Amino acid sequence: MASIWEYANPLKFMRLTDRVLPWVSVLAAASLVIGLIWGFFFTPDDYRQGSTVKIIYLHVPSALMAINAWFMMLVASLIWLIRRHHVSALAAKAAAPVGVVMTVIALLTGAIWGQPMWGTWWAWDPRLTSFLILFLFYLGYIALWEAIEDADTAADLTAVLCLVGSVFAVLSRYAVNFWNQGLHQGASLSLDKEENVADVFYLPLLVCIAGFVLLFLSLVLLRTRTEIRLRRTKALIAREGMADA
Amino acid sequence: MIALLIRDLKLSVRAGGGFGLGLAFFLIVTVLVPFGVGPESGLLGKIAPGVLWLGALLSCLLSLDRIFALDWEDGSLDLLATSPLPLEGVAAAKAMAHWLTTGLPLTLAAPFLGILLNLPQSGFGWLTLSLAIGTPALSVIGTFAAALIVGVKRGGLLLSILVLPLYVPTLIFGAEVARRGSAGMEVLPPVLLLAGISLGAVAILPFVSALVLRINLR
Amino acid sequence: MLKVDELTVARGGRPILQNVSFELKAGQALVVRGPNGSGKTTLLRTIAGLQPAISGQVLCDEEAIAYAAHSDGLKANLTVAENLSFWAEVFGTAQMDQALAQFNLNDLQDRPANTLSAGQKRRLGLARLLVTARPVWVLDEPTVSLDAASVDLFASVVQAHLAAGGAALMATHIDLGLEAKVFDVAPYKASMIPRSGGFDEGFL
Repeated sequence: MASIWEYANPLKFMRLTDRVLPWVSVLAAASLVIGLIWGFFFTPDDYRQGSTVKIIYLHVPSALMAINAWFMMLVASLIWLIRRHHVSALAAKAAAPVGVVMTVIALLTGAIWGQPMWGTWWAWDPRLTSFLILFLFYLGYIALWEAIEDADTAADLTAVLCLVGSVFAVLSRYAVNFWNQGLHQGASLSLDKEENVADVFYLPLLVCIAGFVLLFLSLVLLRTRTEIRLRRTKALIAREGMADA
Repeated sequence: MIALLIRDLKLSVRAGGGFGLGLAFFLIVTVLVPFGVGPESGLLGKIAPGVLWLGALLSCLLSLDRIFALDWEDGSLDLLATSPLPLEGVAAAKAMAHWLTTGLPLTLAAPFLGILLNLPQSGFGWLTLSLAIGTPALSVIGTFAAALIVGVKRGGLLLSILVLPLYVPTLIFGAEVARRGSAGMEVLPPVLLLAGISLGAVAILPFVSALVLRINLR
Repeated sequence: MLKVDELTVARGGRPILQNVSFELKAGQALVVRGPNGSGKTTLLRTIAGLQPAISGQVLCDEEAIAYAAHSDGLKANLTVAENLSFWAEVFGTAQMDQALAQFNLNDLQDRPANTLSAGQKRRLGLARLLVTARPVWVLDEPTVSLDAASVDLFASVVQAHLAAGGAALMATHIDLGLEAKVFDVAPYKASMIPRSGGFDEGFL
């Protein structure tokens, strides 16, 4: 089998994703439709929370992806810093706006869920607060990409920011826990599922999570392809410029 | 390094150097708070530790973009990079100069502003201590962010967006020390955590700042 | 003293000069010539170690190079003497008085730098080279805004530096009356994108 690093070559990456992307998108759409319909219409209401509980089919997957998107950016940044594969840096850049949207969905659905449950749209609960801080980190990261003109410099600086930001994000998480012990219900997903969510809710939730993962993947692939095309255009213009001058 | 430190200190106290602006800003913010929340002294005393920490943090932010931007514009940074000084040393000296001209004066001024906000008696010592421990972290984190955007024209706003999320843990633990101190609660855990963040930041971030400067210079 | 071997340099990620090679021995000066935008500054910055080369090598002790660019790195609120003594301390030397004298700055030494004329600032910027006590000078347009007398002054300082066993690499259009070889960058203009490594691997 060929080394995985072969796909770090932009051309190979384009060729591979050209074949893979349609499948990923179709799968994402299918599992989202199935999972959401199953979750919204074919599960019973919770005995305490009523039908409001069904928002977990949006809330939990988007919250998971909000964190995983940052984690993916961290890994991609490390690969860029160590192995200097341009695709890696561009994938990190492509993932950030998707991560922001996931964070916003998690925050909004959380607020909509929280209103009937806790009687308030917003509380300075550690988890809510952590997501808000994560949102700010995403904004800073994207703003830095936008601000710097030279592509490689921007990739380097944002990668370093992502690493330092990750450390401070983790520190913030602990600080926030320390600062307010909070009222969030415990993890709604863990290996020990009996304690948390009953099977009827659990299975459609898994389908929804798979759908969000695939959705994230297809969006990031699509955006990375756009970024690669952009770079290719720039490289072509640069070559034209050199031929003319 | 000492030469650079002394030069930066001299520059900040000469005309147009901006020394004192941070302090004035701190004073004004503190004075404005009662206009915003009302003159009731019980409430003011309760929020005083947080307000003073937030005010100190924002005053720190004001002077961050001068750390490298001026040296970048007049070419000094290129010359420093080709000098025998390691860039790590440059970053450390710059952060130190920033702390001496903002963090330290803010720490010393905070107790007096505490009087204005009716800070409880027991809070003065802890407020000063927490600022003394926490402001060095604010300076080195700020130096890192300033190094990131040194090549960006008019990067002041971008700098705030980058640096404020990084300030969250320092602010939380710092304000927690001051808050618990003035409420007469157990203070040791946040003091230790704040000191940990400060020491870690001071030990590691100058190296990262130097790395970032090298990327920006090329 | 300074040897440049098959150096390819890039500006803004695009190669601009390629396969530049030359050698500079003690006591020699080399004047780099070329029209605006031809990559002289990029070449000098790369040699000074401020930016990485795409390929090739600069063989020289980095601690031997003193670099001076368009901007002098002067602080407007410090006096002439303070500006210079700062660099003397950074470079760990104590030759400030001599440097002031050689560039005829003695009478100005207590004036803040922002009250100097452009030519006076330039002289102060060049005096910095002397306090670095480094043998290889890499100078980008050193004579900008200098009047005729100051140019002669600068030429004599360079002459003395070369006589003392130093070397100088300069990008300038003015004839300094030095016995300097001329290095024209025109033939080294990058014509094609190198296939290997670095430059936008496979985006084309």
